[in-house]
Amino acid sequence: MRARTIPIPPAPSSALEYLTTKKDELVGWARKFSLFPYPFVTACCAMEFMAVSSTPYDTDRFGAALPRFSPRQSDLLMVVGTLTHKQAPILRKVYEQMCEPKWVMAFGACATSGGFYQNYAAVAGIDKIIPVDIYVPGCPPRPETVIDGIMKLQDMIARSRHPIFTEEF
Amino acid sequence: MTPGVLDTLKERLAGEVADASVSHGMLVLVLAPADLLGIVQRLESEFRFDLFLDVTAVDWPGQTPRFEVVYHFYSTAHRIRVRLKTRVPEADPAVESLVPLYGSAHYMERECHDMYGIVFRGNPDLRPILLYEGFVGHPLRKDYPKRQEQPLVPYRS
Amino acid sequence: MDVKLPNPVRSAFEKTERDDTVIVNIGPSHPATHGTIQIIAELDGENVVRADVHCGYVHRGFEKECESHTWHNLIPYVDRLNYCSGLINDFAYCEAVEKLMGIELTPRCKVLRTLLSEYSRIADHLTCIAASLMELGAMTAFLYLIMIRDFIYEHLADLTGARVTYTYGRIGGLARDLPPGWLSRLEEILGGYEVFVGRVHGLMDRNRIFIDRTRDVGVISTADAINWGFTGPILRSTGAPRDLRKDTPYLAYAELDFEVPVGIKGDNYDRYYVRMREMDESVHMIRQLVDMLPEGPINVDDRRCTLPEKRLVYTEIESLINHFKLIMEGPQVPAGDAYVAHEAANGELGFYIVSTGTGTPYKVHVRAPSFVHMGGVHRLMEGYQLADIIPTFGSVNMIGGECDR
Repeated sequence: MRARTIPIPPAPSSALEYLTTKKDELVGWARKFSLFPYPFVTACCAMEFMAVSSTPYDTDRFGAALPRFSPRQSDLLMVVGTLTHKQAPILRKVYEQMCEPKWVMAFGACATSGGFYQNYAAVAGIDKIIPVDIYVPGCPPRPETVIDGIMKLQDMIARSRHPIFTEEF
Repeated sequence: MTPGVLDTLKERLAGEVADASVSHGMLVLVLAPADLLGIVQRLESEFRFDLFLDVTAVDWPGQTPRFEVVYHFYSTAHRIRVRLKTRVPEADPAVESLVPLYGSAHYMERECHDMYGIVFRGNPDLRPILLYEGFVGHPLRKDYPKRQEQPLVPYRS
Repeated sequence: MDVKLPNPVRSAFEKTERDDTVIVNIGPSHPATHGTIQIIAELDGENVVRADVHCGYVHRGFEKECESHTWHNLIPYVDRLNYCSGLINDFAYCEAVEKLMGIELTPRCKVLRTLLSEYSRIADHLTCIAASLMELGAMTAFLYLIMIRDFIYEHLADLTGARVTYTYGRIGGLARDLPPGWLSRLEEILGGYEVFVGRVHGLMDRNRIFIDRTRDVGVISTADAINWGFTGPILRSTGAPRDLRKDTPYLAYAELDFEVPVGIKGDNYDRYYVRMREMDESVHMIRQLVDMLPEGPINVDDRRCTLPEKRLVYTEIESLINHFKLIMEGPQVPAGDAYVAHEAANGELGFYIVSTGTGTPYKVHVRAPSFVHMGGVHRLMEGYQLADIIPTFGSVNMIGGECDR
C-alpha cells in the first residue's frame, strides 16, 4: 500500500476538525467526479475500454470520460492491457510525470497479475513497477466491471483525506 | 490456383534442390543454404512468386545442423504457395538475406534473428525488433527457459 | 524516485541528414499509434523525411507460450492475436491443426465458421474505421460504429460466453451450437448496421474535411505494396483484387456470391471506402450463409480430437479415458508441418505449425499481416506531413496483439 497522504494530526479544537473534514469531503467530491483518465493502452482490453467510453456504458456519467493523453494533465492512469518488459520503462516514466493527486487502475488480468502470459516477455502485474489503487479483473473485463471499478475508486477518493500540503509539495 | 503450375515447378526445380515434395497441397523444396538466393531469384523472376510471406526457423536441438530456416512465398498470378527449407548449423547460423528482392524481408528477417539468432547476411539492420536493447539470448531456442525474465526496470519491493 | 530508465530501442538514425531537420519521437504510449508503436521521425518543419517504426512493445511471447500447452489449451492465446476479430484467428489455427490431422469438417460447421468469420470481419472493420475517424475528430461516427460493434459483442457473448476474446473454435468443430433465437437477433443487428453505417456514409463520404485529410495521403502503388508484403484491404485499395477468399477458397467461400471491392489510388480514402464496402459484402455473405445453413452435428465424429458427450463421459469408461487423454495430453497430431492462411480482416493471416506427433505443438508460428505492414508503413508516411501520420496509421489498422505476438 503506498502512503498517499500524510494524516493531519488532530487539531485541538473540534470546530477546526469539523471544517477540515468538510473540506476533505468537498475536495473528495470534486476530485472523484472529475477524473481525467490517461488510457495507457496496450492490448486487447482496449476493445472494452473503447466500449466503456462510448454508448451505452458511458463513463461520461461518472465524469471520467475525457481522456487526457498527456500525463501532466491527467490524474487517473488506466493501464489497459499487458505490460511487457519493453514497455515497462515507458510506464514508469509516464507515472512519474503525472502530478499528485494521481490514481492507478490496473485494467484487466494482464495488468493485474500478468494474466496467462507467464513468460520472458510480460511483466507479472504492473504493481511490480508502479503502485496500484484499484484492480479490475477480467480478460477482458466486461464494461460493467470497469464501471464498478471506477465507482469503487470514486468511493476511495471520496473517503480519503485531501491535505493541502503533502509530502511531495 | 492455375492448374499444372505445381507440377511444372516441381519438374523444373527438382534438379537443383536437395528434395522437392508436396505436403498437404503445398510444394516444399529442401535446399542447401548456398542455393537459397539463386532459387528464390528464379522463383521470383521466372515463376512470379511476388509476395514474400514469411521467414521463420525451427530449432531441432538434438540434430545437426540445428536450425531449419523456413520460407513461404505466394504467387498472386498463379495463386499458389511454396515452402523453402534450409538447414544451418549452430556454429554459423547464417543465410543470405532476401532484402534486395523483397522489401518485406527487412522486418521478417529481423524478427527471425531476434528470436532464433539466425544471421541474415546482407540485411543492413538486424536490431532487435520484438525484444529490447539489452536482452541477452534468443528466446525461441529450445534451451532458453520460458520464464527467464530480464527486467529493464527494477521491481518495487 | 530516481530510477534510471533505460531506452528499450535503438534508433536507426541518431543524427539528422540535413541541418534543418529535427528528430521527433512519437509513441509508444500514444493514442494514434494504438498505444504500442513508436515512430522516430525526422521532420523538416511538418514534412516527414524519414520514419523509423518500432514495434514489439506488446510482444507477449505467444510462440514460446504455445510450446508448453496442448493443442487445445493454446486456443485462448490464439484468440488474443488479432483481438478485434478473435474468431478468425481461432478458425485459421484450428484449420491448420485439422489439416495435419486430416480431419474434414461437418457441413454445418463449415457454414457456421464462414458466417462467424464474416461477422468478426465486420467487427474488426467497425473498430478500425471508428478509431481512425475518431482520431480525425469525427466523434459522432465513432459512437455510431461502436454502438453496432457493441450489439455484435453482446450477440457473440450469447453464443460463446465472451465479448471480445471468444475461444470458440475447437479442433474438429466448434465449442457449442447456436442458441435458439440467435439467427433472428442476427437479422436485427444487420438491419441496425445498415441504418447506422448509412448515417456514417452520409457524414463522411462527401465531407470536405475528411476528403482533404485522406485523399492522396499515404499513397502506395500495387507493385510497391506487393513488394513490401501488404495484403488485405491495403493491397485491395491500390487496385489489385487479391483476396484469399476468392483466389484460394477455403471453408464455404466457394459457394458464396460476393464481390471484392478495390480502390483506385491506394490512399487513405480508398482504404476507408474499401473497408466500408467489405463490410457490406460481409453482410450480404452472412445473409446467404444463414439461408444455406444445414442441420447436423457441429463437431466431427472423431475421437482423436472431439471431446465425447458429457453424459457418456460420466457413464462409460471408454469415453472417460478418451476425455481424460484429450484434456491431459492433448490431441495427438501426426508429425509434420502445415501452413494454412485465411483472409483475416487485415490480410493474409497464416499459421505455420510443426508437430512431432505429441499432444503439445513443437512450434506454432503466426504470419501476422500487421507485422509485415509495419515493415512497409514507413513508405506510406515518408514524404507526407506529420499530421498525415494519424489517418495513415489508422487506415493501416495495426493491431498490437497480431503485430508483436
